[in-house]
Amino acid sequence: MFDFSKNYFELFGMPAGFVLDSGALATRYRDLQKVVHPDRYASSGEHSQRLSLQGATLVNEAYETLKDPLKRAQYLLRLKGVDVDGQNNTLNDPAFLMEQMELREALSEVRSSADPQGSLDALLRDIGAMIQSQIAELAVSFEEATPQRLAAAAQSVQKMQFLNKLHAEAEAIEADLDEAC
Amino acid sequence: MAYSDKVIDHYENPRNVGVLDKSALNVGTGMVGAPACGDVMRLQIQVNEQGVIEDAKFKTYGCGSAIASSSLLTEWVKGKTLDEARQIKNSQIAEELALPPVKVHCSVLAEDAIKAAIADYQSKQND
Repeated sequence: MFDFSKNYFELFGMPAGFVLDSGALATRYRDLQKVVHPDRYASSGEHSQRLSLQGATLVNEAYETLKDPLKRAQYLLRLKGVDVDGQNNTLNDPAFLMEQMELREALSEVRSSADPQGSLDALLRDIGAMIQSQIAELAVSFEEATPQRLAAAAQSVQKMQFLNKLHAEAEAIEADLDEAC
Repeated sequence: MAYSDKVIDHYENPRNVGVLDKSALNVGTGMVGAPACGDVMRLQIQVNEQGVIEDAKFKTYGCGSAIASSSLLTEWVKGKTLDEARQIKNSQIAEELALPPVKVHCSVLAEDAIKAAIADYQSKQND
C-alpha cells in the first residue's frame, strides 16, 4: 500500500516546510484516501483490511496535522528534535503575558459591557490578527533550521497556544451570546 | 477527574485575589504562563523594610488547580522573608492540594510565579 515509516510530509509528497500549498495538500489527501479506503479491500484478506484501516488512520492524522498551522509547526519542531510539548514548559515573556492577562480581563468584562457583541467582535478581530502575525513569524523562522531560528519558532508556537486558547474562549462566549438573543 | 476538597475550597473562595501597584518600589510582580494549557498567572508581593512579605495578591486565568495553587501560595508567603518564600517548592503545593500528576504543572506555575515576583522586586531595589 505505502510506506508507514515515512513522515507526514513524505507521505503527502510535499517539501517539509511551514509554508505549504493548501490546495495541493487537499488534493493529495483525497488521492491518498482513495488508495487506503477500506472499501477497496473488502474482498481482500484480513491482513490487507487491517493495513488499509491503519493507512486510513495515518492519512487522516497526517492531514489534520499538516493543515493546521499550530500542529504543523509543532510537528516540524519535533522532526528537528525540539521539545515543544512538555507539560512543564513555561513561557518567560512578561510583556506578552501581561497582554494575555489584559485580553483575558477584557474578555471577562464583555458580558457586562454596553455592547457585548460589539466588544466581543473587536476582541475576536484583535486575537485573530495576533494569531496571523505569529503565523507570519513562523514562516520566517522556519526558512532556516539554525538553532536561533528554531528557538524563535518554538516561542511562536508557545504564543500561539495561548492565543488559540483565548480565541476558543472568546468563541464560547459568542455562542452563549447568540443563544441569549 | 475529581478535585480534592482543598482545591475546591480555594477555587470557590480564592484568597487574596487582586492587584497591587506594579510601579511601586516595594512591590514585585511575577507573570508566568503555561503554553500547554494556556493558563496565565500574575502574582504580586509587597515587601516591608525588614524584607518580609506583608501582602500578596494574585489573578489567575486557568483551571481550578491553577487558581488553587496560586491562592494557597499567597497565603503561605505572607509573613515570610524573601529567602523563606524562595524555598517554597511546587511539590509542597501539589502535596497540600493533593494534585493528581496531570495537574502538577499548575503548582510548577505557582512556584515560577513567586520566583519571578521576588526577582522583579529585587531588580527594583538594585536600580
